Amino acid sequence: MTAATTTTYIGARVPRKEDPRLITGDGLFTDDVTLPGMVYVSLVRSPHAHARIRRIDTAAAKKEPGVVAVLTGKDLEATGVLPVFISVPKQSTSKHMPIATDKVRYAGDAVAAVVAETRDAAKRAADAVTVDYEPLPVVVDATKALEPGAPIVNEELGTNLVFTYPVKGGDIDKAFRDAEVKVALHIVNQRLIPNAMEPRAVAAKFEAGELTLWSTTQIPHFVQLIVSLNLGLSQNKVRVIAPEVGGGFGSKLQVYAEELLVGHLAKTLGRPVKWTEERREGYLATVHGRDLVGDIELAAERDGTILGVRIRTVANMGAYLQAFAPVSATILHAFIIPGPYIIPAFDIEVRGAYTNTTPVDAYRGAGRPEAIYVMERAIDRLADEIGMDPAEVRRKNFIPPDAFPFNTISGITYDSGDYAPALDRALAMSDYKGFEKRRAAAKARGNYRGIGISSYVEICGLAPSKANSALGVGWGGYESARIRVHPTGAVQVFTGTSPHGQSHETSWSQIAADALGISPNDIEVRHGDTFESPGMGVGTFGSRSLPVGGIAVHKAAEKVREKVIQIAAHLLEASPEDVVVQGGKVFVKGVPDKAKNFSDISMAAYLANNLPEGMEPGLEATVYYDPPNFTFPFGTHIAEVEIDGETGAVELVRYSACDDCGRQINPMIVEGQLHGGIAQGIGQALYETAVYDENGQLLSGSMMEYHVPTAEDIPAFQLDHTVTLTKTNPLGVKGVGEAGTIGSTPAVANAVIDALSPLGIKHLDMPLTPEKIWRAIQKADGERKR
Amino acid sequence: MPQSITVTVNGTKQTKDVEPTHLLVELLRETLGLTGTHVGCDTSQCGACTVLVDGRATKSCTILAVQTDGAEVVTVEGLARNGELHPIQRAFAQEHALQCGFCTPGLMITAVDFLARNPSPSDTEIRHAIEGNLCRCTGYHNIVNAIRSAAGMMAATAQPKLAAEVKR
Amino acid sequence: MITHPFTYQAPSTIEEAVQALGRGRDAKVIAGGHSLLPLMKLGLAQPDTLVDIRKIASLRDIRTEADGTIVVGALATHRSIAEDRTIGAKLAALAETAAAVGDLQVRSRGTIGGSLAHADPAADEPAPTLAFDAIIRAIGSKGKRDIPAREFFKAAFETALGPNEIAAEIRFPAQPGRTGSAYLKFPHPASRFAVVGVAAVVTTKPDGTIERAAIGVTGAAEAPFRATAAERAITGTKGDAKAIASAAAKAADGVTTLADLVATADYRRHLVTVYAKRALERAIERARG
Repeated sequence: MTAATTTTYIGARVPRKEDPRLITGDGLFTDDVTLPGMVYVSLVRSPHAHARIRRIDTAAAKKEPGVVAVLTGKDLEATGVLPVFISVPKQSTSKHMPIATDKVRYAGDAVAAVVAETRDAAKRAADAVTVDYEPLPVVVDATKALEPGAPIVNEELGTNLVFTYPVKGGDIDKAFRDAEVKVALHIVNQRLIPNAMEPRAVAAKFEAGELTLWSTTQIPHFVQLIVSLNLGLSQNKVRVIAPEVGGGFGSKLQVYAEELLVGHLAKTLGRPVKWTEERREGYLATVHGRDLVGDIELAAERDGTILGVRIRTVANMGAYLQAFAPVSATILHAFIIPGPYIIPAFDIEVRGAYTNTTPVDAYRGAGRPEAIYVMERAIDRLADEIGMDPAEVRRKNFIPPDAFPFNTISGITYDSGDYAPALDRALAMSDYKGFEKRRAAAKARGNYRGIGISSYVEICGLAPSKANSALGVGWGGYESARIRVHPTGAVQVFTGTSPHGQSHETSWSQIAADALGISPNDIEVRHGDTFESPGMGVGTFGSRSLPVGGIAVHKAAEKVREKVIQIAAHLLEASPEDVVVQGGKVFVKGVPDKAKNFSDISMAAYLANNLPEGMEPGLEATVYYDPPNFTFPFGTHIAEVEIDGETGAVELVRYSACDDCGRQINPMIVEGQLHGGIAQGIGQALYETAVYDENGQLLSGSMMEYHVPTAEDIPAFQLDHTVTLTKTNPLGVKGVGEAGTIGSTPAVANAVIDALSPLGIKHLDMPLTPEKIWRAIQKADGERKR
Repeated sequence: MPQSITVTVNGTKQTKDVEPTHLLVELLRETLGLTGTHVGCDTSQCGACTVLVDGRATKSCTILAVQTDGAEVVTVEGLARNGELHPIQRAFAQEHALQCGFCTPGLMITAVDFLARNPSPSDTEIRHAIEGNLCRCTGYHNIVNAIRSAAGMMAATAQPKLAAEVKR
Repeated sequence: MITHPFTYQAPSTIEEAVQALGRGRDAKVIAGGHSLLPLMKLGLAQPDTLVDIRKIASLRDIRTEADGTIVVGALATHRSIAEDRTIGAKLAALAETAAAVGDLQVRSRGTIGGSLAHADPAADEPAPTLAFDAIIRAIGSKGKRDIPAREFFKAAFETALGPNEIAAEIRFPAQPGRTGSAYLKFPHPASRFAVVGVAAVVTTKPDGTIERAAIGVTGAAEAPFRATAAERAITGTKGDAKAIASAAAKAADGVTTLADLVATADYRRHLVTVYAKRALERAIERARG
């Protein structure tokens, strides 16, 4: 009934509103919160991966100078503090106490907390706590954990099996019976350490019965909910603030033991409390990512047509079940395995297992990079087997553009997609046609050159609440937004999303600006404070913020706009259909010289003495948006590598990607998300791996051993995009936070295997490190000589 | 036992009693409240804590506060002068070289030192110069662009250098 | 965060520094601190006394003596070495080593004296120090003592320095004409230390044959070493590709190589030969100008 929203700011490279404070050092991160009288927590952590706690002696620690309190798991349990929240229906849920009471289940499990006047004093005293452990047999490998006789990590459950998750479609037996070609791969998606640059931290104060808790979190509202339930505080008396948060990538997508502990200590000690993780501590105590091992079999015809896919996978959950781990390994994984392809028959089973390792949870991409990696490696293996160009195998199996909406064999519905143009553009950007010349030139240098493709579809916009429920997830997948226009016309957007680098302050103000006909500069976006929020916020993860939270903002802005128009129509004595909202003015179509300012309307809404009959005063709107479907971004990435023939070292020489995330609100921000995502995916392909020994000791225990990519490890990127709007939401946006990570890992791995394929090498596990490649070359050379 | 040191931080001379065990970053963050300098690791890898010490990019987690007695230190808070942003700050914003912003202060400081000695670097040189600064958000692409762009801005305007940049 | 207490002093003469060292029960010299402080942060070193030698200005100098010896003060930072024109011209392998240490910030603070005295098996600086036959001039309570590089490195984190001795200068003898040198390393991807680093110094005769070759290897073993078998093998040859390859193949002869998450002992051994080959190639090319 009113004029459609214009797109003056949507689509523009609006400079970031977040930057001024972050480039001057004014941003407030959790560890920057220092309050008078503050005390500091240091945690004593188990050196054993699995051991019974016989006795804890805290006497010496209590005598250390500056010590305020020392607390064991039993002490904490006695106060009524509950296990770290997590309960997943139909899954075998571990009882995870904030501090271990009876036994430790991974190296790094907390056994005592020391509180002291300074950080140094707390750490010194923590060193003085002595614990008598009875070491128990350890299981590190998830497959072994499911074998009979394996040590049981959580004894009360009687098994290490967390879940068995099957998804089936079509006639898989027939597919394999009819297949002209079958290929099989054993695939390891190695364990990764997220390494958000900001270590975790929690600060809290308890004043006048109200707990304020600052935390490095992606989900402040869940922290508020769980802390209030756990500490027995009314939810309105718990204020959780996620101030500047220095990256998350899933590692801050938990309600962590330290949040409960610091909250508890602030409440009981009556003094402000802070805990800041040291990086090596974080390597043990902050969730890890990936760690899926499985087998894929592909049935196909000789012409490259895929007939069926069978997968058996075991996912390592670590010692305790985390908030999203079972979701990542199941829903976000199994459903998206078919990717952009028509798969007539499908049979996947994922089992989750407890082990004596740091808990594993969502890490950028969460299930989808694992899925696309498995599939894209198998497609390349098939192409190799039948001697067909990998690009053409992909094209042959793409779901055609006229087939949408498309019901996948895994049981979800892709609303939209057009995969070939992204492939074509990526091929052109990467000079795919000219590659063989470059391969030959490298060979002349004694090197191996390879090119690798990955085409993906991801599942974003988490999530329709009913789908969540059907898939076994207890909580809804909506997001909230509130827009408040003050009498003066100042506009505040409150969002339930909780950005930590994603630039929501900028993008949300662009969305609201277009709806309200004002400038993004006149809009303030506030987030990450449960006392300032629209209500329940679900938070920022899974590339959900824009397609769910951004749409909530859009819808709230549309509601406000509607009221602005009604008031303006009343004041201008015009019909609402004729009212134009534009450039900070409101006027009747064709009569811009008789415009009212946006602020005249907002003032009128509060003066409330000349409003349309029956209209409520005020000018604000709150929306809880529950998406009707997921969104399905897609794209093709192409990597080119050159391998040093003598050392096996990989140089990533070229990287091209064409992605489709639907409408781009701010292309500058979209590109930034892709760059970072691609770099993280490259990290998995070439560099990163968390290594445990058989005793459950983390050997890659610091940044000295774990290879976080540097600027020298990552190339410049060539990016392009197509725009296929989703019909699922009114802006046609799909999400882009994880696309880069999902696309890049298989592209790089495929490039390395392609480089080595002339030697007869069919597969190597990630990370594709120099020695691993050198050994493969040696072995291949040896075999050829024989 | 605390020792008295005098250190010039962002142009202001400060005399403070510090514990010998305290690192420069602890002096900056905890004693002086300059929390723009961040701590991202404990093994001198990440570079988030980089500040200028006598003009040289230095990991403030790997230098004792007492070792800076008599030195001149510049932190991210000291990059802007008289309300005017340093070109590296403008370039980081313009090129979208930061997302979460945690590594940004250290990266900008490293770049300031680097550009003072190499005013028109190649991209390869830029990447080499910042290998001691980890960023997990940006994939470095736009950071390289920003440093190149700042070099251009600095050449065009011949900015007066920070005192500590030219010392040595 | 460093939790164990210590006393700190920064004397202004080397004599005072030596005396201060003698007074501590477990006293350590600190220069740039880039070897020591990381260990202290991990609690792996817990000295009770730190003697900071930063105020001893003479130790910062890089100078050339009348006989052509290039003297690098122990306090010279990796950056100052990498940026020094004389070193760049005369001791290319040293300049390349200094430029390859850690990262820009580490090079800002880390010193050659600290690196050598700490004797981390993966440190870069020992390689050119060995290959150039440098002399480490130590000053202790009994005065000064010159230690040839080949006698300096004893084992991992162990040198010929006495408990109260300070490495004051590293003296690089003048190199004859037609000498070329190079340092190449396979860096640890995370720590940036050398998994393997090879410095080669080669002098050629006017006809291009190899008159003398010295190869210093770091990162590969418990202590840095001279690849003497390879040196002998290349000497007297034409220095052609075949001669280089067969000499380099001997670069790890008789050495027990280290193993870690990045490189097994076999792979390290292989890397030594590859990097010896590449360093020799470059050094010979430079020797021939």
